[in-house]
Amino acid sequence: MAAIDTVDMRPPQLAAGPLAWLRKNLFSTWYNILLTFLAVWLLYALLKPAIQWGTTEARWGVIEANLTLFMVGLYPRDQIGRVWLTIFILAALIGLSWGVWKNAARGFALIALSAGAAFAIIALLFRWNVWDEWLLAEAILLITSLVGRYLPRSSLILTFAWFLYFPLIFLLIGGTKYIATLPPVGMGLWGGLLLTLLLTIVGNFGALPLGILLALGRRSKLPIIRYFSIGYIEVIRGVPLVTILYTAAILLPLFLPIDVRPDLVIRAMIGFILFEAAYQAENVRGGLQAIDRGQYEAAHALGLNGAQTTLLIILPQALRAVIPALFNSFISLFKDTSLVAIIGLFDILRISRSILAQTDWLGTHREVFLFAFLIYWLFNLAFTYGSRRMEEALGVGKR
Amino acid sequence: MTETNNTQEIIICRDVHKWFDHFHVLKGISLTVQKGEVVVIFGPSGSGKSTFIRCLNRLEEHQKGQIIVDGIELGNDIRNVEKIRQEVGMVFQQFNLFPHLTVIQNITLAPAWVKRVTKAQSHELAMQLLKRVGIPEQADKYPAQLSGGQQQRVAIARALAMQPRIMLFDEPTSALDPEMIKEVLDVMIELAKSGMTIVAVTHEMGFARAVANRMIFFDKGEIVEQGPPAQIFNDPQNDRTKLFLSQILHH
Repeated sequence: MAAIDTVDMRPPQLAAGPLAWLRKNLFSTWYNILLTFLAVWLLYALLKPAIQWGTTEARWGVIEANLTLFMVGLYPRDQIGRVWLTIFILAALIGLSWGVWKNAARGFALIALSAGAAFAIIALLFRWNVWDEWLLAEAILLITSLVGRYLPRSSLILTFAWFLYFPLIFLLIGGTKYIATLPPVGMGLWGGLLLTLLLTIVGNFGALPLGILLALGRRSKLPIIRYFSIGYIEVIRGVPLVTILYTAAILLPLFLPIDVRPDLVIRAMIGFILFEAAYQAENVRGGLQAIDRGQYEAAHALGLNGAQTTLLIILPQALRAVIPALFNSFISLFKDTSLVAIIGLFDILRISRSILAQTDWLGTHREVFLFAFLIYWLFNLAFTYGSRRMEEALGVGKR
Repeated sequence: MTETNNTQEIIICRDVHKWFDHFHVLKGISLTVQKGEVVVIFGPSGSGKSTFIRCLNRLEEHQKGQIIVDGIELGNDIRNVEKIRQEVGMVFQQFNLFPHLTVIQNITLAPAWVKRVTKAQSHELAMQLLKRVGIPEQADKYPAQLSGGQQQRVAIARALAMQPRIMLFDEPTSALDPEMIKEVLDVMIELAKSGMTIVAVTHEMGFARAVANRMIFFDKGEIVEQGPPAQIFNDPQNDRTKLFLSQILHH
């Protein structure tokens, strides 16, 4: 037997650091150097007018002057404290989730934290009087995250609180005639980013349970349930969202009795929920199909009944598997909310257009739309980052 | 319903038939298993032995004949089926552990939800079982972090947590690397010696020789031959049995 020399070898040391990276990727050969300079010159030539415009010509005052309009539309200015209250409660819920669920909520918590800090700093820089509110939200988030650490991890109360949050938003923002400090604010006045986010969140979270039921229904052994689910999904998916919004806005009231006539915002939300449910159903169905038959057999062999098998074994695995797809739909819907402009609601994009009609700010299209672009993009970036962290944290045990 | 409770017969099969579409998989299987008996079923692949054992807890439905387990006849009444499944533990070739749950959660899940045992009780039982199968230190890991042999031992503990009266093994070592087969067989042998009623589909002839009371040779959906291991190994009567044994024992 030949003796094998087994000296422990270390992995070869690779050059690291930004300088090494530059040398390796941009300046390795003479033509690479040439291409690098060419690309830099091209970038400069293209960006120069944009930067020049942004720093000299652009009238960014239009954003500052209309910031409240962008954020909440025509919501009564003396009632804006109620919007802040929903933000503070959200900060508390995120903080608690971070403390209790640790890694799964960490991504979203970090985003909320850095966003809050960024807003506070921007507000301070421009001397807007909202910096103290943002600092308060930050403090609430941090304190509740510490509190959350001492709550049991399996705490159902937190899940329950999240579910309760959605009706609470409606109560706080919409108000009621029964509570003197919360006078009703008609939904026609809800607008801007507030409306965009409400439509996104209600649309998505309302659609998910419905989508799960439809996905399960599509795989049901009972023909009535199966054909209903297939029919629903295929009809909704075969129709543009605009059609569904028109239906919800114009046709729905015709089918309902006179005294039951939900507000336009509610009708739009129903439209989004019904639309999104069909897509979420197909996402979830993809996850259900990925589950091995052995999982059903093992659960049945242990004596679990059908409902227990679905809720405890199949759905947790199926939903984890489709987190990327679910968030993909989430982001899609976030952008699709801009379609509510056609049924007369003032989401952030429609608000942007209405600002252009102000006589003081004629011709500020570029500034206003760049700002709207930035808001959409930053929110989507945040959703993507948060969902990826969540996916990683929940992926334990897989692989 | 109480037909068998006085006697020692815990599984009774009478003329069991099953078809997959037009393919006749089980052609009239009749078999009784006594309480505490260890029965090893073997035979070529496609002989229907796995299908048969899966009929015993109705993961597969038989279409003709009668199967009575622990005094309850298996039929379309889902309550009877669920009752039987609580009495019958099953271990699969592919382990089928729940990947999203830790080892201890895998084991405590069914007692908690099906038998409504308290958390403390089910946890204590689970730790006892993990000690019995030799891996108490893995309790908080996820299945994917364990070796195949360890996963199969968790699967055995999971089935035992329902305190079944019968254990079914469907080729429990076929998906394992050779060096892990022994650790699973040791657990099964210990279980057999403790008096558990066992029906195992396996080609581990060492296991059969050590603890089986009876061996049954399946071929083409029929019981070709059965008897105590000594007789099957040393003096098989049927030519097909002889041929099959010579194939699996001489390599």
